[in-house]
Amino acid sequence: MCAGAARPGRFPGGGGYPVTDEGLRAEGVRVEFAARGRGEPARAVDGVDLHVRPGEIVALVGESGCGKTTLARTLLGLERPTEGTVTYDGSPLVYSSRALSAYRRKVQLVLQDPSGSLNPRHTVYDAVAEGLRIHGGVADERAAVADALSRAGLRPPERFFLRYPHELSGGQRQRVVIAGALVLHPSTLIADEPVASLDASVRGEILALLLRLRQDLGLSCLVVTHDLGLAWNIADRVAVMYLGRIVETGPVEKILSAPEHPYTQALLSVVPDVTGGATDPTVLGGEPPDPSRIPGGCRFHARCPVLASGAAEAAGVADRCRTVDLPILGAEDESQVACHYAERLAAEPRSQ
Amino acid sequence: MTTAEVLSPRRMAWIRRWRTVTRVWREFRRNRAGVVGLVLLVGACLLALAAPLFISEMELSVTRAPGPFVASPSWDYPLGTDKFGRSVLDLIWQGSRVSLTVGFLATFMSVFLGTVIGIASGHYRGWVESVLMRFTDWVLVLPTLVLAVSLVVVLGRGIGTIIIAIGVTAWPVTARLVRAQTLAVESRPFIERSRALGGGHWHVMSRHVLPNVMPIVLARTTLLVAATIIAESTLSFLGLGDPSLISWGSTLQEARDAGATSAGLWWWIVPPGIAIALVALAFTMVGRALEQVYNPRLRERL
Amino acid sequence: MSLLEIDDLTVTYRTAGGPVPAVRGLSLDLPAGQKLGVAGESGCGKSTVALALLRLLPTTATVSGRILFEGEDVLSMTWGRLRAVRWAGASIIFQGAMHSLNAVHRIGAQIAEPILLHESVTQAEADLRVTELLTQVGLPPDRARAYPHELSGGQRQRVMIAMALACNPRLIVADEPTTALDVMVQAQILRLIEELVRDHDISLMIISHDLAVLADTCDRLAVMYAGRVVEQGPARQVFEAASHPYSAALSGAFPRIGDPASRLQPRGLAGDPPDPAELPTGCSFHPRCPSALDICSHVDPELWPAGESEAACVLVLPDQGASLAEEAIR
Repeated sequence: MCAGAARPGRFPGGGGYPVTDEGLRAEGVRVEFAARGRGEPARAVDGVDLHVRPGEIVALVGESGCGKTTLARTLLGLERPTEGTVTYDGSPLVYSSRALSAYRRKVQLVLQDPSGSLNPRHTVYDAVAEGLRIHGGVADERAAVADALSRAGLRPPERFFLRYPHELSGGQRQRVVIAGALVLHPSTLIADEPVASLDASVRGEILALLLRLRQDLGLSCLVVTHDLGLAWNIADRVAVMYLGRIVETGPVEKILSAPEHPYTQALLSVVPDVTGGATDPTVLGGEPPDPSRIPGGCRFHARCPVLASGAAEAAGVADRCRTVDLPILGAEDESQVACHYAERLAAEPRSQ
Repeated sequence: MTTAEVLSPRRMAWIRRWRTVTRVWREFRRNRAGVVGLVLLVGACLLALAAPLFISEMELSVTRAPGPFVASPSWDYPLGTDKFGRSVLDLIWQGSRVSLTVGFLATFMSVFLGTVIGIASGHYRGWVESVLMRFTDWVLVLPTLVLAVSLVVVLGRGIGTIIIAIGVTAWPVTARLVRAQTLAVESRPFIERSRALGGGHWHVMSRHVLPNVMPIVLARTTLLVAATIIAESTLSFLGLGDPSLISWGSTLQEARDAGATSAGLWWWIVPPGIAIALVALAFTMVGRALEQVYNPRLRERL
Repeated sequence: MSLLEIDDLTVTYRTAGGPVPAVRGLSLDLPAGQKLGVAGESGCGKSTVALALLRLLPTTATVSGRILFEGEDVLSMTWGRLRAVRWAGASIIFQGAMHSLNAVHRIGAQIAEPILLHESVTQAEADLRVTELLTQVGLPPDRARAYPHELSGGQRQRVMIAMALACNPRLIVADEPTTALDVMVQAQILRLIEELVRDHDISLMIISHDLAVLADTCDRLAVMYAGRVVEQGPARQVFEAASHPYSAALSGAFPRIGDPASRLQPRGLAGDPPDPAELPTGCSFHPRCPSALDICSHVDPELWPAGESEAACVLVLPDQGASLAEEAIR
């Protein structure tokens, strides 16, 4: 682990926030959407085990259509899984409005588009206080709102109370959204592309804020993104998703420097990297197939460069790639990969 | 805003509302047509309120009116007199009370119904939505006049009947507009955020949907008032109103029944129509100006 | 001779709140066959520059300076000549291009539109050209009969590129061509653009806020801030060894994966990009600059040479230069 990263389970500060032992878990979660008219249902999430431990920042990486946003919404309770359970602190989610309401105090959401996430007719104060008011209010609402705004980096908070979202910059709006989540004292934040709509020079500040919240408050975070650089910047662990399944997971240092799954390798190779010596990028052809038409066998085999280049054939796994589906990766800490070829390589003695 | 002063949430809410009002007013002022319309409306309302101070009952009485019968306009009677000797100017003035009142009340009723049903049918999914939508469509195609006549038969003639008749038939258009706006608002991320914060149906509808729907409703309201005043006049003209009350429609009816058109008594039959048209126009101008004020609010500047 | 030479371009918008300077004295140079990247964030004026190139700015904009396209000044061209240059000389792929397609027309018709406008060809010939273009951008020709909503984001972007190529321009300006796309699709589109530019010998100007993408694709980079170019030079040098603190911050915002310096240490700038209506005094970057000096609030630097590139920062000047700048204030 790098220096400066908080180890799950123990943090300095604390700040009065609840620390759970168990964290947020998804077990065997499948989410299917019925097809419109005829056709197969779309399996947006097709069997995922995921564990966000207290104080941990996990990056859920994948392209659009891979199901990461659906998974995030399911973890928040905004979507019910067709199969599997979402567990928080050891107890599975109950989908009654009262239980969900209590759950919402623990796990909060930060959306991608800060301009759309705030009601344009509400002031900053109202936007942040909304969560408090929904849950019955607190004795000193003003102090709670001011505290949340300060923690989110908007100081002095009073200056922002009566402002409207359109009077703020993108970065400030995102901070207001984060403050609105913080005011409920959650223990976990789920951030869907938190910096994608922000200017480049402002991104670093928001990401640094998430790290600081982890350090000061022990907040764990699941960041859903397609940006691998973001994962490198702030995440402890990364899970790569493709077509509803996690295909590789593990510590960031390992996965982003020595990925084993061909999809992860391809993603990394196309990240613009000006420092010379970069290998020829593996640009995958075509686009990810429809979640209603998931290929048989390994779901990535149709676009897999390893299969296409014959290396899989040489290793003798080509048939398995086309016909045998891989098991769901568990939610353990160490790195795992769902790939027949990678398994075969790992089993063989290294020949360099 | 002074930093030293510590404001309570309530006070802040008031400051926020006041600032919104001043901002809307500043924007509204820029639209000259809207200001003209507003001046006309305020003038009309003040005149309507002040009518009893200037017009005595005798002047409006059918039997004891002082003026000459069907006299053309003169200095004493700027708009001439009707067949009972009443000054047409007084009739218009007095008639504005009923016409404006019915216009406002009927509009309020239909806007209220339309907003509630519109938001509900846009927010809820499933059978609630289907039932409400079918009901809206059904009322939408009911012909107003036929319904009004049937209501009169059932409830008896009178102002109340007219108000109900108009109110009950004019809401579907508002409901459809509000529903469309509700659907648009609910697709925006801040609704999802509100649910993620734990907000339930009532919270989302009242705190998020309603404020974003109000601008359209407000603009529609002013346009609807114009329509209801005309509707009231039509119904009174057809003889469905209270025969003892003077309104623009009833004046038109009396004039027509007395043969004003063929006799060339233009001063009797034209002024009520002009009054209706002017008020409707004023409301329309204000409504348009309000729409212009609210649109840039929803779009981002720069 | 340069294909495109922008000389002291100034664009001011007339708004209800007063004049807003979107571009202030910008000069750029693009030789034929080269790729230039223009980097900057919201409010820096880069989209305004793209629109100004073909005189597509609204009437509320006051434009001064010269834009020489193949030696002719676009700003003083006759209307007829301008229309000829538009699309056939230089074409633009607009920002948010994926939403700029007309939803009720088939894409084949939309690609054919500029062809039919500029060249006197029959519909059949135009359709043939459309098929060629679709193949060039990697779309199956039968997609010409599709409507925009039937295509994915990446496919729509390819359609926009096909449209830009339709009249064989010598210059293509791409405004944020890959911003809303996934990283894999982005790579596909960039590779496509590079191939097309190489095969057809077209000059390219890419506008983006993603410095890494620009540095990877372009030969030269120009970084814009508050309506001015604050640094320009060879792409690699500007990205890796920026002289201007803003360029350094911009390149630091896109961490290199595998670099321990950026692990768990996101770098960003405090504050926000400036509002063009309310620019700070002196150097417009000084309120956010981590290395700001006292004189930075008084002196507005020009582009001074810094190695192979140029940067508009007092730090770039040797010591005597800094004192010269101080004298200039007094």
